[in-house]
Amino acid sequence: MTGLVYYSSVSGNTARLVRSLGMNADRIPVRPAEPMPSPERPFVLICPTFADGAGRGAVPKQVIRFLNRPANRALLQGVIGAGNRNFGATFALSAKVIAAKCNVPVLYRFEMAGTEIDIARIREGLNKFWSAECSTMV
Amino acid sequence: MKDLNHTTIVPRAINWNRIQDDKDLEVWNRLTVNFWLPEKVPLSNDVQSWATLTDVERTLTIRVLTGLTLLDTIQNTVGAPSLLPDAQTPHEEAVLTNIAFMEAVHARSYSSIFSTLCSTKEVDEAFRWSEENPHLQSKSRLILQEYNAAADPNKRKIASVFLESFLFYSGFYLPMYWSSRAKLTNTADLIRLIIRDEAIHGYYIGYKFQRATELMSETERAALKDFAFALMFDLYEIEAQYTAELYDDLGLTEDVKAFLHYNANKALQNLGYEALFPAQACEVNPAILAALSPDSENHDFFSGSGSSYVIGKAVATEDEDWDF
Repeated sequence: MTGLVYYSSVSGNTARLVRSLGMNADRIPVRPAEPMPSPERPFVLICPTFADGAGRGAVPKQVIRFLNRPANRALLQGVIGAGNRNFGATFALSAKVIAAKCNVPVLYRFEMAGTEIDIARIREGLNKFWSAECSTMV
Repeated sequence: MKDLNHTTIVPRAINWNRIQDDKDLEVWNRLTVNFWLPEKVPLSNDVQSWATLTDVERTLTIRVLTGLTLLDTIQNTVGAPSLLPDAQTPHEEAVLTNIAFMEAVHARSYSSIFSTLCSTKEVDEAFRWSEENPHLQSKSRLILQEYNAAADPNKRKIASVFLESFLFYSGFYLPMYWSSRAKLTNTADLIRLIIRDEAIHGYYIGYKFQRATELMSETERAALKDFAFALMFDLYEIEAQYTAELYDDLGLTEDVKAFLHYNANKALQNLGYEALFPAQACEVNPAILAALSPDSENHDFFSGSGSSYVIGKAVATEDEDWDF
């Protein structure tokens, strides 16, 4: 079973990618007042980057809030980063930051709402990843 | 100042502590933190490298940069200001004036490159060339036509996103190409600062387009989408010819075109649209992608065999330590 959690700001690029994947996924809300998802099984996080030129502020505040809950962090298996290569070294930086903080792998990176190739690779990769996870878990 | 006595509009001061659209503040903060001036880049370190280019390569480089200057000039004096009357919030107006000013900085910075590397005669010739080149002129006219005051405000946004996120790239290719061959690397650093700014501009104007059109009827939205794809086709047609004229001598035309397709798709994504060019037409030379963004090779999904595959080092974290 796929556990997928994502954040997408109001500009909606990551949300468009998730729609194209056609997989069930929980969205971390843009507004702090709305309820946070509370995953009950292992999940992969898809997260965009909004860094300034020096890399500050790469991880969206709402994603930080979500990961601040130890229970959520414990179930995080890996992170997929979204961004834009036009931002040079800070391309998809939030995924690297989260990976380092949570000791999980950066599974993939894509630009904006992803290309058809990105979508096929992510779908295939997630399916493989989850079947591998299931076989190692009792 | 116009006589305001006869109007009922109340002049209002902008209040940054009352934000209607969080994107305005977010983008304002990014743009102001990213502010730069060409003096910050040690362009004179490229003088030796410039001397290694052939005459053909130098003429190409000066022409490409002059073409970019024209686009930045248009965006500075016409494009960004033309979006002001349609702004939905006072903060959007402030962001647009920042965008307009940064375009002036970009346009000015190409002249810094010229004064550092080139002779006055070479540069004057390139500016004359830019006024006479039919492709450069016709793409400028096509965009300016949409910026015209009588045009539809949403079409202005489409044209603006295409300029910011598509039209620049036939030019941006060249400094990335030189940089990938360890030439004109300081010039490339300056161009990367411009690329970073234009990416935020295209993203923001595209976002405002999506907000402005989300409440429209299906029919109206379909008409705008038709317009956007038709304009992209027209601009692409011109760009393909412009590219061939500039890059045929170096045998780079096909390589540049792949970069154009890739960026055209990204420009359309900024407007919330799907890709136009198929994936196989968008296979950008990896050296160019690496010049844009180091360490941006894609991972071999989940296998860990990609050279930049990242597994985070174990970071002992306390809950209060989650200040990213």
